Amino acid sequence: MAKLEVSIGALQLKNPVMTASGTFGYGLEFQDFVPLDQIGGIIVKGTTLAPREGNDYPRMAETPMGMLNCVGLQNKGVDYFCEHIYPQLKDIDTAWIVNVSGSSPEDYAECAARVDALEQVPAIELNISCPNVRDGGMAFGVTCAGAKSVVKAVRECYHKTLIVKLSPNVTDIAEIARAVEAAGADAVSLINTLMGTAVDIERRRRVLSIGTGGLSGPCVKPVALRMVLQVRKAVKIPIIGLGGIMNAKDALEFMMCGASAIEIGTANFIDPAVTIKVRDGINEWLDSHGINDVSDIVGVIE
Amino acid sequence: MGKEIRDLTVRSIQKVGSRFVHIRLGSNEPLPQMVPGQFVQVRVDGSPSTFLRRPISINFVDYESNELWLLVAVVGDGTRRLAQLQEGDSLNCVLPLGKGFSLPQPLQKKGGRNTPKVLLVGGGVGIAPLLYQGYTLNQRLKDAEVTFLLGGRSSSDLVLLDEFAKYGRVLTTTEDGSLGTKGFVTNHPALAAERFDLIQCCGPTPMMKAVVSYAWKKDIACQASLENLMACGLGACLCCVEKIASPIPSEGREPVVRNVCVCKDGPVLNKEELTWQS
Repeated sequence: MAKLEVSIGALQLKNPVMTASGTFGYGLEFQDFVPLDQIGGIIVKGTTLAPREGNDYPRMAETPMGMLNCVGLQNKGVDYFCEHIYPQLKDIDTAWIVNVSGSSPEDYAECAARVDALEQVPAIELNISCPNVRDGGMAFGVTCAGAKSVVKAVRECYHKTLIVKLSPNVTDIAEIARAVEAAGADAVSLINTLMGTAVDIERRRRVLSIGTGGLSGPCVKPVALRMVLQVRKAVKIPIIGLGGIMNAKDALEFMMCGASAIEIGTANFIDPAVTIKVRDGINEWLDSHGINDVSDIVGVIE
Repeated sequence: MGKEIRDLTVRSIQKVGSRFVHIRLGSNEPLPQMVPGQFVQVRVDGSPSTFLRRPISINFVDYESNELWLLVAVVGDGTRRLAQLQEGDSLNCVLPLGKGFSLPQPLQKKGGRNTPKVLLVGGGVGIAPLLYQGYTLNQRLKDAEVTFLLGGRSSSDLVLLDEFAKYGRVLTTTEDGSLGTKGFVTNHPALAAERFDLIQCCGPTPMMKAVVSYAWKKDIACQASLENLMACGLGACLCCVEKIASPIPSEGREPVVRNVCVCKDGPVLNKEELTWQS
């Protein structure tokens, strides 16, 4: 058994396998399939200061080797999370991470401050890259100034590990990564979904209610791997890699490209037990290659 | 009730009607308890354009032989691939999912009758869950009078009629008049002539809207099983949402409308929850 523990700044994970926000609910939806306390970290559904109903149906379109979604951050708000959901999670021994979103730097900061008070939430992931809400989300993630303004505002009132989730829908992701590092981020996670659309030829219109959505699944993996390599050369803070990871081999590819940990997203829909299989698969691969510590493979590819 | 991922074995697969396959799946281990109206998320292997699982409603469960039946309409690449399964093949299923049909408590019997009359209305592949529901009603309510009202485009859409006949009276409608009453299910004379105590339906949305509207007019308890597009089937991705009305908190206030997951809070919803009246 190789050492699987990794650290993302001050955040300690028992293994590098995390779940991507919006694909694993609050974990509880999956507890019939996986022992939640064996997952390295669980990043819960995107949370905002005020409750949001999200976008209209249809919110999903299947694509070759992937899917588009435009859920639009439906959630009951941070106070509901703190009062009603967190008590159900706090005694389960994994790293609970809240994905925080907003429509102004002040929103983000206020939401983050309320999560800061939760003892069993050692980190937040700042979502400055949601492609599905007009008022904010990705608007902050596509310019250095926007990204900086949100990260700075949150950094002032959030004292634990601050992960910033980056959008791939930019000209130069390395530049954004540098900006958030300078503004005080402890780590970056990438990539969020790629903006796309789907067409219904019989109805002669777009499938999704708001026209566009975020593409995820194995079809985005090559783009995500390339971006992890790019960002690794640009920043010193740790990288959490995600985008189309379906199995341990995919996870190892991200880690070799420079990701200290990985997130599994859309794959949870195909196999609700995939997280544990990826953890076990990483361990088996390390053992069969005589590697004692998973961190030894991080960034071994140029 | 726990959900699980399980490989089931195809015991038989049969083409029925012009566009359905009937798959009987077996397991060596006892099957989990399943409620009519619940569904199974089936993994489709060997179809490059099919990425997500396919939600298929439970057609019938036989706990003695550990057999689960699925009725699949062949509509796209994924279901076409399912139709090519062979006896002995394995099918990976997540089950049982969702909230199924329920009985209103107490079941109001109108018109001084002793026997509750239940109408199960199905259209197209929506007839599938009604077989198991008809069976279950017979088990639960020994004195129930079950009527199936099944509609399709033509006679080749109306399948498994012998099976339905085991659990109740079978009425049919077809759009082309090739079997039963010509027209839609709501054109069937039984709806005007008889009084039902409970209606449960599954089928295309326009059909269910018409049935729910009939139930409102006649003041009959009614449930509809929705089939919104879904990804996870577990209430995690929030893709399959339906706007529903929460019970009115107090007189004179508007009901609160919110999104719920059809996969978890449904697929069966009460007519009072549906925001279809307009």
